[in-house]
Amino acid sequence: MGNLIYNYEEAVALILFSVGFVTLLFHRNMIRKLIGMNIMDSGIYLFLASMGYIYDRRAPIVEGGDTNPVNYINPVPASLVLTGIVVSVSVTAVMLSLAVRLYERYHTLNLDEIYAMSRRRSEHR
Amino acid sequence: MTINPTKPTGAVKTMKIRDNIKKWLAYDYDLDAAPVMPDPVEPDVEAPDISFWRSLRRRGAHRALYYVAAVICSIILASTLILTVSGMPRYGEDAEFMDTVTYEYLAHGMEYTGAVNIVSGIILEYRAFDTLGESFVLFCAVTCVLVLLRIDDGKDDVSLPCHDLTGDVILSRTMRALIPFIFIFGIYVLLNGHLSPGGGFSGGAVLGAGIILLSSAYGEKTSGKFVTERTFRIVTTSALLFYCVGKSYTFYTGANGLHSFIGNGTPGNILSAGLILPLNVAVGLVVACTMYGIYRMFKERRF
Repeated sequence: MGNLIYNYEEAVALILFSVGFVTLLFHRNMIRKLIGMNIMDSGIYLFLASMGYIYDRRAPIVEGGDTNPVNYINPVPASLVLTGIVVSVSVTAVMLSLAVRLYERYHTLNLDEIYAMSRRRSEHR
Repeated sequence: MTINPTKPTGAVKTMKIRDNIKKWLAYDYDLDAAPVMPDPVEPDVEAPDISFWRSLRRRGAHRALYYVAAVICSIILASTLILTVSGMPRYGEDAEFMDTVTYEYLAHGMEYTGAVNIVSGIILEYRAFDTLGESFVLFCAVTCVLVLLRIDDGKDDVSLPCHDLTGDVILSRTMRALIPFIFIFGIYVLLNGHLSPGGGFSGGAVLGAGIILLSSAYGEKTSGKFVTERTFRIVTTSALLFYCVGKSYTFYTGANGLHSFIGNGTPGNILSAGLILPLNVAVGLVVACTMYGIYRMFKERRF
């Protein structure tokens, strides 16, 4: 299996991603789908953070004017994770507000029932 | 060609199936709906055939099909990801991912940006445009939430019941002790973004959480001293405008080799690193106001 034993952190991150994907597929409740999407986001953050780590090196904050790149871990994944966190917070807020509006209109969060009701309404119009 | 009158033709059969489906749907989902009238049948016109999915739905088989497909999709996705991981270079070793760009950031980042924290230098100097986009994404999100959830007139009060903790003894006493430390920590993280771990987003998140805690413990009257809708608008728009103007100036002078009056200063001082400190403050204010705005919208549906 190659480097699977050494890459346990990336493997755990991608298993987390798969768990979120399965949650997204198998639940009909919209709040649960949202939670699944957030789990997927967390998996991606863990994956990026573990990609940037290097053994025996410090965080990329310069100490004592030491600018030798060999002493620091990769700073690029950290900045990518920052972007991801902000976008996921925004998406979660918008989706939650959409869920609130749907609940007020249909009094349920089950997507199948919402779909059936909306189709009934459009047929009678 | 002879026609057997007792045996229904294809078109009539389809019409019957469609009527049955309509009845079934009406029985199942909408009891108050108007009675479904059958469409006037014109024998010459071929009736539209019911789709494959509708016939599956009638038998309840579409759900089973969906689950089978979902299981197959999940297994394929998970196994592909695990296979990719097993083919990747080993965790924690200096791989070729440390390419020239990363070496450049680490070797010359402090010299060019003046920031001791290299990540802060990357996101607010090398990739400042990206961070501006992030701030606009947050701003757009809070605008969407405002549009979707806002109730303007008080009479149309459809907000869902919400557990109100205002005046709770334990929460208010704890908050009285904790709030100064939360705000001081948030401001510290905000102002030291170029010197230590932290920066605009994390400091703004701490500040926003502090305002949210204040509002949940003491009600909107107390938190209204910090953020009202007017301050929310003014602070977010002016912070984003400042970001645009300041970063345009630096990009313009930097790209054309002009002299910029914004120096880098001595790395390690609090007043150094050019525009990174004010940009951190601007981003932090946007994040704090956005978090509090989203909280208010979900809790009260108005500011």
